[in-house]
Amino acid sequence: MNDVNDKYIIVKNLKKYFNTKRGRLHAVDDVSFEIKKGETLGLVGESGCGKSTLGRCLIRLLDSTSGEVLLKNKDNDSYVDVTKVSASEMKALRKRVQIVFQDPYSCLNPRLSVWELIAEPLIVNNIYAKSADMRRRIRELMDTVGLAERLENSYPHELDGGRRQRIGIARSLALNPEFIVLDEPVSALDVCIQAQILNLLNSLQKEFNYTYVFISHNLSVVRHVSDRIAVMYLGQIVELCEYQDLFKSPLHPYTQALLSAIPLAKLDVKRERIILEGDVPSPIEPPNACRFAGRCRYACDKCRQGAPELKEHEPGHFVACYRAGELNN
Amino acid sequence: MSENLENVTPELVKRKRRGAFAEVLFRLSKSPLAMFGLAIILLLIFCALFAEAISPYSPIKQDLMHMFETPSAEHWLGTDEFGRDILSRLIYGARVSLQVGFIAVGIALVVGGMLGAVSGYYSGWLDNSIMRVMDVLLSIPQTLLAIAIVAALGPSLMNLMIAVGISAVPTYARIVRGSVLSIRSMEFIEAARAVGSSDLRIILRHILPNSMAPIIVQSTLGVASAILNAAGLSFIGLGIQPPNPEWGAMLSGGRQYIRDFPHMTLYPGLAIMFTILALNFLGDGLRDALDPKLKR
Repeated sequence: MNDVNDKYIIVKNLKKYFNTKRGRLHAVDDVSFEIKKGETLGLVGESGCGKSTLGRCLIRLLDSTSGEVLLKNKDNDSYVDVTKVSASEMKALRKRVQIVFQDPYSCLNPRLSVWELIAEPLIVNNIYAKSADMRRRIRELMDTVGLAERLENSYPHELDGGRRQRIGIARSLALNPEFIVLDEPVSALDVCIQAQILNLLNSLQKEFNYTYVFISHNLSVVRHVSDRIAVMYLGQIVELCEYQDLFKSPLHPYTQALLSAIPLAKLDVKRERIILEGDVPSPIEPPNACRFAGRCRYACDKCRQGAPELKEHEPGHFVACYRAGELNN
Repeated sequence: MSENLENVTPELVKRKRRGAFAEVLFRLSKSPLAMFGLAIILLLIFCALFAEAISPYSPIKQDLMHMFETPSAEHWLGTDEFGRDILSRLIYGARVSLQVGFIAVGIALVVGGMLGAVSGYYSGWLDNSIMRVMDVLLSIPQTLLAIAIVAALGPSLMNLMIAVGISAVPTYARIVRGSVLSIRSMEFIEAARAVGSSDLRIILRHILPNSMAPIIVQSTLGVASAILNAAGLSFIGLGIQPPNPEWGAMLSGGRQYIRDFPHMTLYPGLAIMFTILALNFLGDGLRDALDPKLKR
């Protein structure tokens, strides 16, 4: 982690606020982290905690309020700030950063056939001058994601969720990206198709050395795919570490509560369920305090007076909690 | 591949690829009502193109010996107050009426559609300023607006079409904006942006095709109201000048004799009605044919 060249993406103090009638909604509030080349960073958190917003800010589908997203250039060690490049530079960057959407039912234009959908990124970016080359590329992509050639003139509504998601994946792979945000790519699918898609994503990563940010609310899915995991709560990252550490020794009380909610397939193991009291507080104009303090059973006065920063508690294990050292399961 | 097999196992058989236009035409041909509509429209276009060859009499030649004749073997649809043959006038009138109907709606659709699409897509101050101008135009009655425009430009067929077209622009702008707003928030628009599509491409390729249904319905109805609007303008002397035949003008001309000679208004009225009916059938069929979800 300390090697500068190791860092592929550096996110610094990224903030995304939305103006609402009742005040500013802090969807992503001062988030900083780094991603290594070729790794999968899992991003977990409950609905509305800002994980999708964060994912969209990373590839600038949303303009962030402030902060930096530095993406390492291909040929040298310099970085480009995704949040600040011009529109024409962003168009070039789109070839390097891509997204797979959550809902395969609404992220495909119902009026375009499979062929047209996969061809779109290639046409828009003028990748191929000859249509024969493009045809070969589309066949190849369909083959890569496991779509039969006979489906090329079908329309999305004729296909099942898994196949639709494969189209979405093919679209995002079409431009040979390096970094892909996977925004809950499997949560709209049923379990056995989930496994197929996850394995597909895994093997694609091995083959092409993609860097993933995998957004999900499903801890067991994230555990299956991630190298490191970041836990988000109300717009902030509260814990970030290797996936084994997170499941073995979670440091943040919120993470502990999340993990205790995963059902165990063992009858003889008794485990304490940590049940969180109350509701998630409003992300609109939150007070300067630990966001989790109101629901935390370890909260002390210090927690209510100022927000803890994300600190490296153990090597590679970051946590935003004043009492992280004292608490041990 | 036989038709049968394709119906039984749609997933197993690769669908034939056709051009976009051929595909729509193929699907349209499966709807009998749409084909009926298309047939009537083609018949009318045929009449308009070959009016000289098929009309039995001159449309403007007066024959004062045969005024107000009811339908007979010589005059299939009777004659009007100057003894002119109504059938011939209808055939010639198709020229003007179809032109006015289609071109005026075309103007309204292109101008209103672009304004509505831009204002729905970009929102913000651009949307506000465009839509407020449209509101101002909407507050003036359509016919009055058309009268003002045609009075300013001077009466002629071209100016008539421009006037009728412009007076309908706000309606189209509103409808297009509404459907663009509802499509714009869909995830596939974001997906298109993520792969680098330009705004123009997103509007033309993704938003407009998906907001087609209300626009097609409004345009087919709009052709009808354009014909009637043009007729109103002709009636007060700002459109087609007599004695040139035009359906709306014939309708209003026969109005004062409706008690004694209803055939003078009946046939132009029927002509307008069938045109509109045919357009509506065709429009409905087109709307369904353009939607791949309704394919089978």
